[in-house]
Parts: sequence; structure tokens; C-alpha cells
Amino acid sequence: MNKRIIRTPISDSDIDSLSAGDVFFLSGSLITGRDDVHQRAIKQNLELPVDLRDKAIFHAGPIMREREDAPGQYEVISIGPTTSMRMEKYEKEFIEKTGVKLIIGKGGMGPKTTAGCVAGRAVHAVFPGGCAVLAARCVEEVEDVKWLDLGMPEAMWVMRVKEFGPLIVSIDTKGNNLFERNKEMFAERKIPIVEEICKHVDYLHGPKV
Amino acid sequence: MNKQDPKEILVDLIARFTEYSAKHLPDDILERLRALRAMESTDFARIVYDAMFENIDMAHELSRPVCQDTGVIQYFARVGTRFPLIDHLDESLRDAVLLATQRAPLRHNAVEVFDEKNTGNNVGYRIPWIETELIPGSDELELCVYMAGGGCSLPGIAEVLMPLEGYEGIVRFVFDRITTYGINACPPLLVGIGIAGSVEVAAKLSKKALLRPIGSSNGNLIGAQLEKRIEDGLNAIGIGPGGLTGNMSVMGVHIEQAARHPATLAVGLSTGCWAHRRAWIRIRADLSYELLSHREGRI
Repeated sequence: MNKRIIRTPISDSDIDSLSAGDVFFLSGSLITGRDDVHQRAIKQNLELPVDLRDKAIFHAGPIMREREDAPGQYEVISIGPTTSMRMEKYEKEFIEKTGVKLIIGKGGMGPKTTAGCVAGRAVHAVFPGGCAVLAARCVEEVEDVKWLDLGMPEAMWVMRVKEFGPLIVSIDTKGNNLFERNKEMFAERKIPIVEEICKHVDYLHGPKV
Repeated sequence: MNKQDPKEILVDLIARFTEYSAKHLPDDILERLRALRAMESTDFARIVYDAMFENIDMAHELSRPVCQDTGVIQYFARVGTRFPLIDHLDESLRDAVLLATQRAPLRHNAVEVFDEKNTGNNVGYRIPWIETELIPGSDELELCVYMAGGGCSLPGIAEVLMPLEGYEGIVRFVFDRITTYGINACPPLLVGIGIAGSVEVAAKLSKKALLRPIGSSNGNLIGAQLEKRIEDGLNAIGIGPGGLTGNMSVMGVHIEQAARHPATLAVGLSTGCWAHRRAWIRIRADLSYELLSHREGRI
């Protein structure tokens, strides 16, 4: 099977070609940004120290190790995705403000981000959760770090990645949302299952006399 | 001849144990994940399980944390009242965290509340979190370390139900949470449920339920049946690995209980992600040890 590879800077046609459920890989520039970066960018309205236009961000808080032979430079030890839903509150505005094209994380995001992806022609994709060593192997170099005062997990780590993935499209530029669709399906399936269990759990009053 | 201070030996041992548990999943979890993988058939499930097992192997080979989120470290100690270093236990656990954080390395995860500063070494106010149970007459220490990432801590919830809501209320409470928040918490999940008379007891028991080995059952026959019913029910929903749908949803459902007040029915829920880094060790009075959760493990 041919690997489908998207490269940064990401063009509108490339991003539009991705549909919810597609599997692809990313090569180029990938920058971490999670809770505190979103807080600073949107709530505190600070200028971001890294230009994200047409690039990709990664909802991730890595384990980095400062190189003994080169202080100030880092190697990545472990870098899996974090729960994207935490950024739902500000992601739409974040896309608007930065012009970021691809948001990578774990699990789904909600209706507000979906609207942001349509308006900003951006995509949310997931990397398999917990697979942090696998992800670290796709990082060619940690080029820079900004806002390190936020601490290791929250800083903006600027990385060059090669065939970073597998990535599964969760929200596309057409407004399709894979996880919201799944959630609706799970909610529907849940009803008869819970009803059936409830027929058997009337323990409250002890054995019937 | 080893003339090292016994306290130093203990700290070094617990540090190595802690580091090991970040890098290697326990036997029961690996076994269950292999079984669950074999039950899946879709492309998404195959892609996710392939990534998970490749990651597990790489973490093992490269000696790196399986998941970058090595949690706010929690220890659950069953310490014999005659364990020679009982007076130094809490201090040793804190020192071990400092050491393991540097050596492994582990991610810095202790953020002081109000000051909102990451301490940068995984030690903070009341952290590592330590729960101790005294074992009268024993001279051994049985220690469990658990690293819960933020992702699988997010679904955590506890509530006091009116008793007339019944166990039906508990079932609904669990299903509602797992089918929404649970999807993003790196399924297949281990589901821990606590049932008690007040909210903090239920919450604590839900976490303790996650420490039980996979495949173990509640000590009460009715409790064991309820575990099985909820497990089968959640699996029938087909959340699949990563929440991307599949044939299965969970690694297991464990319930722990404490007698309740007649007027309250409290329920707590904790979830463990598939990368369930929970390890057990037995440390004897002479500081020899046995790793209980990893048969082939060498620390």
C-alpha cells in the first residue's frame, strides 16, 4: 500500500483532499501546542513566537532530554498525542488567528472546532493514543523550543518530522466529524443495552420475601 | 560486602521499579490486549493495534516510557508494621520519584495549585500521592506504583445518588460517561467503579479497583455478576481501540465497594487507558525483592 504523505507548507488543495476516515502521514514542520499555548494565544491574546501558517500543530506534551554535548538542544524521548477535546474551547479562534492547516491530537473534537475547520480550511487528525515511542521515531530533529517557561509538557517544541503517522482524519474541511458520528452511534447502541442490564440489577431490597 | 545505607538501597530500588513500570506494561495487561487484538477485524482497529504493539516493543527495546504522559505518580503501599524502614517510607518514595524522573526520564507532571508552576521534578505538595495500609506483624512491603496519564484521568467522576435510583442509576452513570468521555481516554479502557456511602470513599475505591489484576472478580458474587454484565454491555457497544469503533470496548470492569449509609448510594468512576502502567513489587526485610506484576521483569 502506498503511503499518502502530506507535506508542509500545506496547500488548500492538499487539505481539501483529506476526508474524515482517511489515513495519511505528515512530513515537514510540526509544532506542539496544547492547553497553555491556546490560553496564551486566545485568552491572553499574545503573539505566538512561532509562525504556524500552513503548518501543523500537535496536541502533545513530550518528554524531551537536553543534550549533554549541546546544552540548549534537545532530543525527543517520547511524544504521543494528548486529548484534543481539552482545546475545544479555543481551537476555532486559534485556527483563525494562526492560519494553521492541520491539528493533530487524540480523540475527537466538538462542533465548534468543526466549524473552525470549515471556515479556516483546516483538518483535525488523530495519531494512535499512547504510541509515544513510535511517534518519537518519526521526529528527525527538535529544531527549537519557545515558551519553555510553561514547563516541558506545555512549551512549543518545533520539530522536523518525516512520515509522521499513521494519522486518521477526524474532522475534514467539509465539516464531517468522525468521532461525533461515532458518539451518536454509541449513544444509540447504549439504550437497549442499559435497559437490558437494568432488568437484572434491582438489588436494593435484598432477597425477595 | 555491601555497606550501603539501607535507606539508599530502598530509594534506588523503588526508583528502578518506578522507571521500569513506565517502560514495560504488566503481564496481565499485555495478555488482555493480545486477546482483544485478535477479536478485532476492521482496518481502523488493525492500524491502531499495530501501532500499539509496535510502540510497546520499541519502548522495551529502546528503554523509553511507553507513553509520554507518565502521570502524577501514585503509590499504594501495604506495609508491614515490622518492615525495618517503615519510618522512612514516605521520604523514600519522594526521593525515588526524583531519581526516576531524571533517570528514565519521566515527564514533569506536578503543577502546584494556585501558583500554577510546574515543579519540574514530579514532586510537589502532597505529591507523589501515597496511600498506606498497615499489615500487622508483617516485615515486608508490598508496593504498587500507578501512572495515570491526564487522558485517562479526565473521565473520572463521582456522585452521590439517591438510593431509590438504585443500581440501575449506577449502570446508567457508568455507560453515560464511558460512551462520551471514555472514547477519548485511549480505549480499550480498564473501568474502575467504587460504590459506597459517600463521594470520597466511592472515588477512592474506583481507583483501587484499577489496581486489581485483569481477570479478577469482585469478592461478592452479585458484585462479580454486575462486573460481568457491565463489561459485556460496554463491549457490545463496540467502542474499539482509540474510540474508532470495533468489536470490543474494554479490558475489564472492576467494582470495589464499602458498606453504605442507608440514605446514600455513592458511585465513583475511574478509567485506566490501554497503556495501564501499574506495577506491584514485594520488598522483604533484607531488601531482596520480587516483581509481582512482570514475570520476566528485571529491574
